[in-house]
Amino acid sequence: MIAEAGHYALVLALALALIQSFVPLIGARLRDPALMNVARSTALAQLLFVGASFIALVTLHVSSDFSVANVYENSHSMKPLIYKITGVWGNHEGSMLLWVSILALFGGLVAAFGNNLPLSLRAHVLSVQAWIASAFYLFILITSNPFLRIANPPIEGRDLNPVLQDIGLAVHPPMLYLGYVGFSISFSFAIAALIEGRIDAAWARWVRPWTLVAWIFLTLGIAMGSYWAYYELGWGGWWFWDPVENASLMPWLAGTALLHSALVMEKRNALKVWTILLSILTFSLSLLGTFLVRSGVITSVHAFANDPTRGVFILLILCLFIGGSLSLFAGRATSLKQGGLFAPISREGALVLNNLLLTVACAVVLFGTLYPLAMEVLADFKMSVGAPFYNLTFVPLFALLLLAVPFGPMLAWKRGDLLGVTQRLLAAGVAGLVVVAIVWAWTRGGSALAPLAIGLGVFVIAGVVTDLVERTGLFRLPFATTLHRARGLPRSAWGTAFAHAGLGIALIGIVCETTWNSEYIATMKPNDVAQVAGYDLKLDGLLERQGPNYREMVAQFQVSKGGEPLSVMTPSKRSFTTRGASTTEAALLTRGASQLYISLGDVTAEGAIAVRIYHKPFVLLIWWGPVLMAFGGVLSLSDRRLRVGAPKPARAKQRLQPAE
Amino acid sequence: MTRKQRRMTIIGGSLAVLALAAALVLNALRDSIVFFSTPTMVAEKHVQPGKRFRLGGLVQPGSLRRGDNLAVTFEVADGSAKLPVAYKGILPDLFREGQGVVAEGALDANGVFKADTVLAKHDETYMPKDVADALKKQGHWKDNYGAQASGGAKPSGDATPVATTAQGNSQGAVR
Repeated sequence: MIAEAGHYALVLALALALIQSFVPLIGARLRDPALMNVARSTALAQLLFVGASFIALVTLHVSSDFSVANVYENSHSMKPLIYKITGVWGNHEGSMLLWVSILALFGGLVAAFGNNLPLSLRAHVLSVQAWIASAFYLFILITSNPFLRIANPPIEGRDLNPVLQDIGLAVHPPMLYLGYVGFSISFSFAIAALIEGRIDAAWARWVRPWTLVAWIFLTLGIAMGSYWAYYELGWGGWWFWDPVENASLMPWLAGTALLHSALVMEKRNALKVWTILLSILTFSLSLLGTFLVRSGVITSVHAFANDPTRGVFILLILCLFIGGSLSLFAGRATSLKQGGLFAPISREGALVLNNLLLTVACAVVLFGTLYPLAMEVLADFKMSVGAPFYNLTFVPLFALLLLAVPFGPMLAWKRGDLLGVTQRLLAAGVAGLVVVAIVWAWTRGGSALAPLAIGLGVFVIAGVVTDLVERTGLFRLPFATTLHRARGLPRSAWGTAFAHAGLGIALIGIVCETTWNSEYIATMKPNDVAQVAGYDLKLDGLLERQGPNYREMVAQFQVSKGGEPLSVMTPSKRSFTTRGASTTEAALLTRGASQLYISLGDVTAEGAIAVRIYHKPFVLLIWWGPVLMAFGGVLSLSDRRLRVGAPKPARAKQRLQPAE
Repeated sequence: MTRKQRRMTIIGGSLAVLALAAALVLNALRDSIVFFSTPTMVAEKHVQPGKRFRLGGLVQPGSLRRGDNLAVTFEVADGSAKLPVAYKGILPDLFREGQGVVAEGALDANGVFKADTVLAKHDETYMPKDVADALKKQGHWKDNYGAQASGGAKPSGDATPVATTAQGNSQGAVR
């Protein structure tokens, strides 16, 4: 009953989306407010029905109803409750349902909080949202229905892929989708602007908060996914440049560029056409990511050709939306009023440079992701493009970008003084060079580029501090004045500071981890001691344990440093009976920002066990950086000028305001 | 600065960045691309020792030998040719004789493939697609592989790198 109800709710959502696709558009043509307002109610009703459909699927999974194919294939009655819930989106059908649910959520938010949008703009935006939604409802209903029943229901399910039975699955995909799908809003705004043929600074003020929300979630989602891969896969790697990761990185790069170009548009009414194009491209890259992950084209072009229904369907959606939006852009962009030009050396100029480097870096990743596919189709040979390629292309471009980051916020709008800014950044530059010298002198081995890269990270952070010191007048003015000024700084300025500092911190973490990572791989018997990076790890013994739906073998290690016992680490190897698969649960010991990492291999005939022990210096900075960036995003979002949907700049500069 | 000069500066700057990126990509394409081969292709093309490539095929049953200090040797076969592989380290959870495998490395002077990375999927029924395609092309595909593959070939989960490399941060993993 529940499955049928869920299915029916999804069909109703499709019907509502179809109404929402056309009625408001007709309303906008006829300037009929009643018809335009249909968009608002249908968007909210759509959210209700998709939500109901999603909850139905969750209920089916929780109650282990194995008469539903999706539950049978991905669940097991013994599975802990949390994984019964997260398992809903741990498979193709369920994850697509999550995708449309989040799409409906964003549509509903625009409908609910978009009261201060001009009526016709809101109608257009919601119509475009509904086009996307209709396409994906059709996709789910035709090719990937999660509610299909099995004629002869089995007694037990096939269980979820053990790798996915982890808390990471609860957080990572929803976050990532909130990011991916969140960019649909800026896409819809861009298309609406092209349809209306009107775009102004106010448009950028509406778009920026939505883009920011999506960007915050995408940043956290990518970081979370990277940390998940790091501790779950048992190899200690945190980024593999595989196409699935690239699929999430590309919208992030384009979205970051979009955030910055929308700033120019909002403040200076320039770069309009470019901002529109970036909005379209960012969401197109999200769609491309969905296509790459969902069609199976990555594993092999031939696999895709063998079972083409889903792939072809998404490819059609992809072509329709990317092709359609770009043609609309080509047709209408010239009619949009161009903004003013500006001096190349200025805040605007710096933001253009930022956009240039980010989009080119994004293009490089796109090339690296699609080139092997293209070669396989066209030339029929297989190859892989991995880390070495990106180290030679993406990394230099990003280094250039980071070098420019401290200059941007310090240049004035309209006409900047590069020499003056350079002088003011002298202290930051010196700080960077001093760190280069210290790191050079203290460390042995590793790449000669590592100290330089760390110096670059320090330069970025010191640049942020310099900017804040200048703005608040610290050391120049009395402390009370400084404090007052600091409080008066717009939250978006603090947001910029945190986000840019996060970039520097992540860079330092990446360089330290890749350069000074120590590794110990060997077979160990009980009472053997491994020495890694000054730590002694003694294997106490092995024991077997029974979990809810798996058996595990746990190894216990005593960790000590200089004879002083520190902690006990217990990595394990789990074997899941239902799928006959096994996973490696790594043990982590955090020391400051560094980590010790142990994962297990096979047991040999003599009762010894293969172990892999890593010491990863400053590895946690890799994820603290993005968290700081996201925090900067949240601060910026809370800036009153950017309050979601707020169309007007801060109304008054009065001193007396109610506390918030 | 006149309007025209400003515009030219921005366009010139953009072209410079694009040219830089193109140069970087072309340079990287020369020596950082890794090709995929099967033992038959290796035998036919006389791959030079030291040239990195990915080797795919089935682990020959009975060929796995474990040595001291996690050294292992095994043979990769594709029905018509076999190639000995040497590897040092921990094999992936799903490495089995008779199952598909993809290894990355280079041939040494004796014609042994020295692998520094062994890739496998976290799903027992999985047959690496590259391997399956190559086997099909050569007519060595057996239907029971297909039955095995169909159970596990479905993508499970999102954006989760499900495959691993035997060396943490060296080469990329396939999904």
